[in-house]
Amino acid sequence: MDELYRENLMDHYQHPRHHGELPDADAEAEGQNPLCGDHVVVQVRLTDGTIGEMRFTGQGCAVSQAATSMLTELVQGLTVEEAAALPSSAILDELAIPLSPMRVKCAVLGLGTLKLALHRSVGTPLPAEWGDTDEIVWG
Amino acid sequence: MAAAPTPLLDVELVRRDFPILERIIHGQPLAYLDSASTAQKPQQMLAAVTRFYSTSNANVHRGVYTLGVESTDAFEGARDAVARLLNARSRREVIFTRNTTEAINLVAKTYGLQHCGPGDIIVSTVLEHHANIVPWQVLAQATGATLRFLDCDDAGVLQLDALDGIAREGNVRIVAVTHQSNTLGVRPPLAQLVAWAHAQDAIVLLDAAQTVPNRPVDVQALGVDFLAFSGHKTLGPTGIGALWGREELLAGLEPFLTGGEMIRSVRLERTAWNTLPWKFEAGTPAFAEAVGLHAAIDYLEGVGLTAIDAHEQAITEYALARLQEVPKLRIIGPTSADLRGGVVSFVLDDVHPHDIAEILDRHAVCVRAGHHCTQPLIERLGLPATVRASFYLYTTTDEIDRLIVGLLDVRRIMGV
Repeated sequence: MDELYRENLMDHYQHPRHHGELPDADAEAEGQNPLCGDHVVVQVRLTDGTIGEMRFTGQGCAVSQAATSMLTELVQGLTVEEAAALPSSAILDELAIPLSPMRVKCAVLGLGTLKLALHRSVGTPLPAEWGDTDEIVWG
Repeated sequence: MAAAPTPLLDVELVRRDFPILERIIHGQPLAYLDSASTAQKPQQMLAAVTRFYSTSNANVHRGVYTLGVESTDAFEGARDAVARLLNARSRREVIFTRNTTEAINLVAKTYGLQHCGPGDIIVSTVLEHHANIVPWQVLAQATGATLRFLDCDDAGVLQLDALDGIAREGNVRIVAVTHQSNTLGVRPPLAQLVAWAHAQDAIVLLDAAQTVPNRPVDVQALGVDFLAFSGHKTLGPTGIGALWGREELLAGLEPFLTGGEMIRSVRLERTAWNTLPWKFEAGTPAFAEAVGLHAAIDYLEGVGLTAIDAHEQAITEYALARLQEVPKLRIIGPTSADLRGGVVSFVLDDVHPHDIAEILDRHAVCVRAGHHCTQPLIERLGLPATVRASFYLYTTTDEIDRLIVGLLDVRRIMGV
């Protein structure tokens, strides 16, 4: 299990980066995974079409919260189009741990919520595999 | 700590009948503590299904040939076994369904639609599984009836003080309640609820998915009107469950699903329904699964449901005591085993239950983490989720000890 709950993940879980509310947010969305109770609120400040800062609050398992923390660093400075097109593999590579299909949902919760926030704020497209849903609720 | 099992049940002997218990996961023997979700299967049940498919398989209620007669006898024999298990007055009161959920939907969509109207009251409880909430929400929406939920206290004990107020609001038609919470293991005061419901001329539907598998359940003694359970939690296959209903109630109901099997005669302009119980069994039924359920019931009766109940009680007492040794662990629900069945929910400091379940899996200890299909209850208790360990006739104190070892590892890894 130490390969899963390795140091980097536990560090992000216990000391999340960019955690807390963003008072002057330009984009915001809420995501949840009702199966396990993971929950994140993502807020973004935009700077000339790029991610000026992403912050988040929420509660959930170590994987969901650590992955969202890592994401805040990963997307810093990306254009909104780049962020909206960021593949799930980007965050899974960052986590670099073996995940069962159930836990992959935890890992990509923050990323999906970020994409939703950008979609609602600046109209970037949602991932095609979402179909016609526009909320992040994985069951 | 003294070993708990009762001499009534030889757990090591029982375990030899369950092939899956020999599995090694992550280098350790399986410790399956999720029987409230689904039970593992004895070889006798597996053999009965294989034997049926190998020797007697044919569609039921049609074949004039030998195989068809055998399969019909086997299927209807399973119905007799369920009727006996529940002490039903008649085999006509036993309707096979896919599972508990379908059985409850059957009642909501037949009895419910025929008896509920605007201003009527349906009563359920905050303890219920989603299967005993959502069908009543849909029924209330369809009929204009009002759905009221009895609350529980912070330990999950059901509160009945709202009943008088509810009775004044309108005609209570249906009281839908669980025999035992699948999340907390607590048992509502059923006798009081049944007496109250019948004083209102309401019927009682009992969700017995968590109790038919592990203790004697007698529908006549309980005095309920409908009872639902699932085969897969009762050592049987998936895809088979049953609804028991009082015959005089079932006789007055329109069919649930329609098509083949549930008819007596079909003309292009009109159709006559079959008699009970087949009126409620449209299409080819899960007859091979029914054969498996029959074998599972035979197995349970062979071991003895009273002995299984006593074993679960002893294991639950042992688990409650050992869990309380784990620092920062909080048991949700009563900590006295006589108020509950073989299900224990807990949280460990602020470690998310998913993380706990994942680390326990590395110890080959299988527990469930989440809301256990009881979101309203989890919300009522002010929790995001819980870890749930549940026990059955094959659970040993050794497996409980391994759960404790795993939880201590969770504390180490998560730093709590």
